[in-house]
Amino acid sequence: MQRLLLAVAFSALSALLLIAIFIVSQGLPFIFRYGFKEFLFSSEWQPQAGKFGIFPMVVSTLWVTLGAMVIGAPLGVAGAIFLTEFVPRPVMGIVKPAIELLAGIPSVVYGFIGVMVLAPLIRNHLGGPGLSLLAGSIILGIMILPTIISISIDSIMAVPKAYREGSLALGATVWQTVRMVTLPAARSGIAASIILAMGRAIGETMAVIMVTGNSVKIPGSVLEPVRTLTANIALEMGYATGMHRQALFATGVVLFVVIMILNFSASYVMRQRKARR
Amino acid sequence: MKLDPKHTQKAAVAVLGSATLLTLTALVFIIGFVLQKGLPVLSWAFLTGSPQDMGRAGGIFPAIAGSAALTVLAVLLAAPLGVGTAVYLTEYTRESRMTAIIRFGADCLAGIPSIIFGLFGFILFVTILKMGWSLLAGGLTLSLMILPTIIRTTEEAIKAVPVSYREVSYSLGATRWQTVYKVILPNALPGILTGVMLGVGRSLGETAAVIFTAGSSLRMPASVFDSVRTMAVHFYLLAREGISAENAYGTAAALIIAVLSVNLLAYWMMNRMIAKRT
Amino acid sequence: MTAKISLIDFSVFCGPDPLLQNVNMEIRGNQILGVIGPSGSGKTTLLRSLNRMNELQPGFRTGGQVLLAGEDVYGRDYDAVSLRKKVGMVFAMPVPLPMSIHENITYGPSLSAGQGWKHDEAVVEKSLKAAFLWDEVKDRLNTPALRLSGGQQQRLCLARTLALEPEVILLDEPCSGLDPVSTARIEEALTILKERYTVILVTNNTKQAARVADRTAFFLMGRLVEEGATQQIFTAPKDKRTSDYITGRFG
Repeated sequence: MQRLLLAVAFSALSALLLIAIFIVSQGLPFIFRYGFKEFLFSSEWQPQAGKFGIFPMVVSTLWVTLGAMVIGAPLGVAGAIFLTEFVPRPVMGIVKPAIELLAGIPSVVYGFIGVMVLAPLIRNHLGGPGLSLLAGSIILGIMILPTIISISIDSIMAVPKAYREGSLALGATVWQTVRMVTLPAARSGIAASIILAMGRAIGETMAVIMVTGNSVKIPGSVLEPVRTLTANIALEMGYATGMHRQALFATGVVLFVVIMILNFSASYVMRQRKARR
Repeated sequence: MKLDPKHTQKAAVAVLGSATLLTLTALVFIIGFVLQKGLPVLSWAFLTGSPQDMGRAGGIFPAIAGSAALTVLAVLLAAPLGVGTAVYLTEYTRESRMTAIIRFGADCLAGIPSIIFGLFGFILFVTILKMGWSLLAGGLTLSLMILPTIIRTTEEAIKAVPVSYREVSYSLGATRWQTVYKVILPNALPGILTGVMLGVGRSLGETAAVIFTAGSSLRMPASVFDSVRTMAVHFYLLAREGISAENAYGTAAALIIAVLSVNLLAYWMMNRMIAKRT
Repeated sequence: MTAKISLIDFSVFCGPDPLLQNVNMEIRGNQILGVIGPSGSGKTTLLRSLNRMNELQPGFRTGGQVLLAGEDVYGRDYDAVSLRKKVGMVFAMPVPLPMSIHENITYGPSLSAGQGWKHDEAVVEKSLKAAFLWDEVKDRLNTPALRLSGGQQQRLCLARTLALEPEVILLDEPCSGLDPVSTARIEEALTILKERYTVILVTNNTKQAARVADRTAFFLMGRLVEEGATQQIFTAPKDKRTSDYITGRFG
């Protein structure tokens, strides 16, 4: 039985390793041939003319993600604090699973709402075409809320009761305890949740395709349409050949590396907490 | 100390409460909006009929069948592989740098964007292995996507089983495998189920990876080598190509209901399992 | 069933630290051996060595021999799994498995039988009666075992061990978490069980050893200091350390 399980584990893990090797093998040669600096920092994306600069997409991805974090992180952490410390446990027991349920809504649905409701709102009240950086950030921000809330709640709940009780016994209010004792103790878990959410935001494809307008240029304002790295791959993969296709794989490699770094940071942050205990 | 802590607290609660309310409103609004526009479209004919005129009219049955088939295939492949791997890592090996690395690897892969899985599936399964756009290519790709999640949640679930249960089992003369499948796995089942359900939810909602591997044929699949369309893909195409907003809402409603039902079913099953034991 | 256990120059190491050193002891069958000593003296290590449970922890090493009915249980060909069916163990905290009472009892026997093992209802009743639990649970054998009280759970653990019909029963401070009434029930059960089994009882409570054990062994810092008839140990111990411990000078 042990041998059978070893075989199972081995095949599962090698399948996963295969993906990593694969993407890298398809994209890395291109990066070396074309030049990493050119690839990353040139603003000319014209596949027909053999120009593959992804800088506008990199910038757009960064801005959309930043916007999403600005919206999602404070709301998410605030929600988590409220639900654990200021709401009766049974209520939280219902709301948390409900929020986790909402995390299961497919991203295309979020994107659709973005197109039908949010974009017109932006267009009518703020200007621009509606399909924009702002729309992308808002939709992504909402999408990452369940992740941040759920993991932050778990982190806050993991803070030992003794810490809270010690503070309250000294005459502190619940809010003071939260601010000075509970939150610092839950800090690493909350940080990890934010980092993970960032990874999700960066990797999101369908929703951003639908609401960001997909034009390849460096945005001058939040109301302008942008194209993210993921959208670029998804939109052009269908008909790309040769160098073009390899450039898209290379984009995949860039995304892969960024997300690996984020995941590594998240687990490093989590390990810090365990080490401190 | 100018500000009375009690007042500060009141202010803080107000701010936090509004933030929470805003969050919940946004999330509920999205579901509510889709359901409000989509539920009227859901009729028996819609759910069981075939699409006509590229989806402008008719029903979405092939898409429902496609979603079901693809999800079932993905879970059938990923669950045994994932649970087996997790069991091996927790019960048959010592904690070491090796297991830490493997765990980290699985975590990383869990975070890889679906578009990259789509690329991978497209090149390996569809092109190199000549499966074409097919149920099989899609199922294999999806199973790889949900594999890391199942490994992780199963691992957590197994680790949560108290050490004392294992000790008791061994002291009664059980082998390692007997302990695993008679005591540990049944106990870890609720957690394992969570991982599988997460995988099901992900499979149902996946679009990018599915389009590139399973294609988007509107016909009912007759074999695993046929291309299929899932509800998510159908919804996306209807919405993006502007074919029919009405049917798009209907498909979205059906999709949301499917995802929510799967999750609720999972919660219910888990609660029953835990209640039976305590 | 009688069994004689002999420990010959037996030592246990965890990494470089010795937990038990050069223990030489003969344990006779059909009696209760009480094992006493302060915390850290190696009592639990001794117990867990007798059914090779210590192997489950990494870094564990033994020296010397443990003979059960003449055979060295640490010998190359001796199967640990079958050993544990002959040498049963009850732990300090009651650990009912998260199943019904009935399933708890039949768990052990079901492991060794092959496919199509038939429930032997007699075993269930017999074990529960021997543990003085039958009357309290006979009407609810299919309810979850976790719903029993602490004392009942511990008796269930005893019954569970008895269902395997072992030769030796090891008990590691089984009454430490229990109220006096439950403690008395377990002691009563042990007194009757010794006629069929060999019972080794580790206890932190010297008075319990005095009440129940036929012979007593005193351990200190991993070494066996003295072993003899309980009467003798408690009234006229040969070693000063023994008398100091029993009179409460340390411990």
